[in-house]
Amino acid sequence: MSFDPMDRLMSLCVPSLNLRMHRSLIDSLEIQSCYLLSEHSCLASGFGSIHFVLLVSRQGKVRLTKWYSPYTQKERSKVIRELSGVILNRGPKLCNFVEWRGYKVVYKRYASLYFCMCIDAEDNELEVLEIIHHYVEILDRYFGSVCELDLIFNFHKAYYILDELLIAGEIQESSKKTVARIISAQDEMVEAAKEEAGSISYIIAQAS
Amino acid sequence: MDNLFQRSLEDLIKGFRLQLLGDSSFISRALEEIRREIKATDLSTKSTALHKLSYLAAIHGVDMSWAAFHALEVVSSSRFHHKRIGYQAITQSFHDQTSVLLLITNQLRKDLNSVNEYEVSLALECLSRIGTRDLARDLSPEVFTLLGSSKSFVRKKATGVVLRVFDKYPDAVKVCFKRLVENLETSDPQILSAVVGVFCELASKDPTSCLPLAPEFFKILVDSRNNWVLIKLLKIFSKLASVEPRLGRKVAEPICEHMKRTVAKSLVFECVRTVVSSLSDHEAAVKLAVAKIREFLVEDDPNLKYLGLHALSIAAPKHLWAVLENKEAVVKALSDEDPNVKLEALHLLMAMVTEDNVSEISRILMNYALKSDPLFCNEIIISVLSVCSRNAYEIIVDFDWYVSLLGEMARIPHCQRGEEIEHQLIDIGMRVRDARPQLVRVSWALLIDPALLGNMFLHPILSAASWVSGEYVEFAKNPYELVEALVQPRTDLLPPYIRAIYIHSVFKVLVFCLRSYFSAQESSSGSSSTVYESILNLVNVIEIGVWPLSGAYDVEVQERAKNVLGFIGMAKQDIAKKVNLQDNEAEACRVTAFMEDAFSEELGPISANAREKVCVPDGLELEENLGDLEEICGKFLKPVESDSVSCTDKITFSVSNLRIRDQQEASSSTSLPPKESSSLLAEHRKRHGMYYLTSEKNDPDSNGTPNDYPPANDLASEILLDPLDPKRKAKHRKSRPVVVKLDEGGESRITTSQAKTKQESVTDDESLSRDIQSALLVNKKGKEREKCEGNSNLVVQEEETSRIEKPQNSEKKKKKKKNGERTSGKHRSRRRSEVASSSEQVEIPDLLL
Repeated sequence: MSFDPMDRLMSLCVPSLNLRMHRSLIDSLEIQSCYLLSEHSCLASGFGSIHFVLLVSRQGKVRLTKWYSPYTQKERSKVIRELSGVILNRGPKLCNFVEWRGYKVVYKRYASLYFCMCIDAEDNELEVLEIIHHYVEILDRYFGSVCELDLIFNFHKAYYILDELLIAGEIQESSKKTVARIISAQDEMVEAAKEEAGSISYIIAQAS
Repeated sequence: MDNLFQRSLEDLIKGFRLQLLGDSSFISRALEEIRREIKATDLSTKSTALHKLSYLAAIHGVDMSWAAFHALEVVSSSRFHHKRIGYQAITQSFHDQTSVLLLITNQLRKDLNSVNEYEVSLALECLSRIGTRDLARDLSPEVFTLLGSSKSFVRKKATGVVLRVFDKYPDAVKVCFKRLVENLETSDPQILSAVVGVFCELASKDPTSCLPLAPEFFKILVDSRNNWVLIKLLKIFSKLASVEPRLGRKVAEPICEHMKRTVAKSLVFECVRTVVSSLSDHEAAVKLAVAKIREFLVEDDPNLKYLGLHALSIAAPKHLWAVLENKEAVVKALSDEDPNVKLEALHLLMAMVTEDNVSEISRILMNYALKSDPLFCNEIIISVLSVCSRNAYEIIVDFDWYVSLLGEMARIPHCQRGEEIEHQLIDIGMRVRDARPQLVRVSWALLIDPALLGNMFLHPILSAASWVSGEYVEFAKNPYELVEALVQPRTDLLPPYIRAIYIHSVFKVLVFCLRSYFSAQESSSGSSSTVYESILNLVNVIEIGVWPLSGAYDVEVQERAKNVLGFIGMAKQDIAKKVNLQDNEAEACRVTAFMEDAFSEELGPISANAREKVCVPDGLELEENLGDLEEICGKFLKPVESDSVSCTDKITFSVSNLRIRDQQEASSSTSLPPKESSSLLAEHRKRHGMYYLTSEKNDPDSNGTPNDYPPANDLASEILLDPLDPKRKAKHRKSRPVVVKLDEGGESRITTSQAKTKQESVTDDESLSRDIQSALLVNKKGKEREKCEGNSNLVVQEEETSRIEKPQNSEKKKKKKKNGERTSGKHRSRRRSEVASSSEQVEIPDLLL
């Protein structure tokens, strides 16, 4: 039995094609109205006290992990295994909260990706759902109808955006515009530096 | 030139998706490559390698602690691009024990002082994640400076970091707290919410220390229209209201306002939660909250439904009416497809249970248990069992019903709670005299049910049923059927230890039947042949059933079977003789009479701490090490050993042990000639009276042991239904049978020890809260006057409102106020001892609101 690399690639691409058909992660869920449909269009920062953030695909592949509370590498893999087992098996019409080891895990599915955040039992679940939605919206704006592949290849950018959104497990920036502005400013700085590094004069200076 | 040929992160990811090697070997090859590249002197090569490594660590769980020093090198680069990669790696992999952590302080300080705000933000993020006590101490001046930064981007991040700094290094409070409080008055919404977030966490750790800031919080609560800030504020107030009840009255109104006005469900939910958890004394607020909960419950959204139920369960202990009002919705939620919703509904339903509706609710739940999945089914069973048995079956009035319910539970196909049901069947048998006839009926029904024998989870129930039918055989309508059930051939499906109990029960039934047969003979000389027939029949059935077991592998089963057979062998002749000779002195007659005596002694429940109440006799050295003794007189002691074991062997007063001991007595006595055995038994009882359950027959304090486990009937006269409650009596057709209940004296001790640990944990947080309080005092100094004015206005208002209210209430209020004053008085004295400050500062808490 021979493997054709092309086959494999195609099969791997299928979910992402699906995503493109959805146009974006957000489209499908935009309708499910936000719990924080407030008079203020922008969210303000708060104190989510989120313990960790996980992005897991429907196949159980990890796409992003961010830990705000200390966990060893072993614990991390255990948590991921446990949670993806619980969450991926939940049906579509169930509520978005899972009680887990005395904590609550709030999750939401966008196309093929599950966004999960772990909070304390007495924290506001709806607020966290809102943070998740907010994050996805920012990603969508940044990548232009984001899909899973975008996050796979730009894993670090998803991180940087998350860092602008949350600090020490609290939401710190609620305006999508502001986050977008900050991220693009940083991107520009990096680009400028790269150009400089790529210029012939720099290479000569290095070589000599 | 290395980096021209280096694989970038993107190459790595692409390669990973194309590779055919298998994940682990691809990762190990990539790691090899990274290890080589990361040693390069060129920072861009190094940083790319580090970038790849942190990708592998984040997604594939690769260990990256070995690269800690390389991460530090990358961070020290002047380029933002490298710094970012380095800091990301550090936040991802560093922890308190990382050895190179000491080297990062200066780098962080440099970046915190950088002119580039993005570099500052990187350093702040890093500090927020890895900050240790040392880092917090060394960098608190920088954080303090940044708290006053003109750039709101930096200021808000610095605010986010403050909490970690406070947590690790409480002394920082003295420095930074003032700035933090100042930020409460900022107009920038982002900074405001960051600060409120910090106070939210501080308040949840120690509410009292944040109490002096209540006026500021209150102002924001009234003015702000930002839902995110409001949610945090509500959390703060729910904490503060728990230590300062007067606050509740003040904030109830604005909270209701928010609840009415907002359309944001998350804010509504937070309001509801605050009201039901912390403001549960405020009627109007609670009513509004319950109305909102009802709105949640009727929504289609499973999230809201779940949260509605959750809020109800918070309200349940104080406002049961709220749950009762929504009973229909709760019952409906039991059939929801979401297990979380179902579980929450079940808890609520159990909270509703009272002695009036327990049968109705159990009926509903049993129907659900029959048709739901195994997990939820057992959840239902266990919660019904635990609620009904709470506090010695407090809510059960009709035990006949409850016993039948237990029998029903055993027949639910998914039931796996055999052990708990076993325990309750036996427990009820011992505690509740009036329930015994029904108990025997139910047990018999369980014993003949073929389904139970095949389910190993239910075997414990059968063991209880067989014990009950043996122990309380005098209530059985038809002992013959009972015996048939106990010796049915399918019992070989049971494990040996349960079969032993079966055989012993057969023995008890047999003794009972023979005894009543003999005594009937004694009284009426004319014996009918039908009685003789039936007793012979019974003996035969037993013999046929037990005979095969005399060759069983299990010694326990074998021995007991042989005991029964031996007894039958002895009795059979006498039964036959009896018909002809009418000899009163027949051996079997005496033996059965004796056995009957042995079995008729009643077993009662035992207090959980009965053993502790046995006082140690004077002169008994329990602590002394007897190891040497063995050496010296080992030889002499050996022959006596068996005896001494029985002396020292502590018998734990558990039901199972009692049962076994009981059986041992019986079996040992049958193997000996009756006269000898009875004298031995009497001697044993004389010597080890303290291990026997006391009964009316022997005097309670023969051995100086306190009588703390009286038999069931002893307490009967003491515990009576409340005679002052005629309603209750009239309602129920029959009054509640007596349930033997023993005082659990150990409880009070447990609570005090808990309180102690609580206090200890409080002292841990003490330093932080003390710092906050002293910082607050210093802080307030300047604003004192204006605050006083504002506050006194509030006080006046408050007094006016209270004056308008009805006089009945005012008395109550006064009382409350006094309480409040007393608590604040405590603060005062505490403050005074800590900070020797002027008297006007001390007044702050009183002018709170």
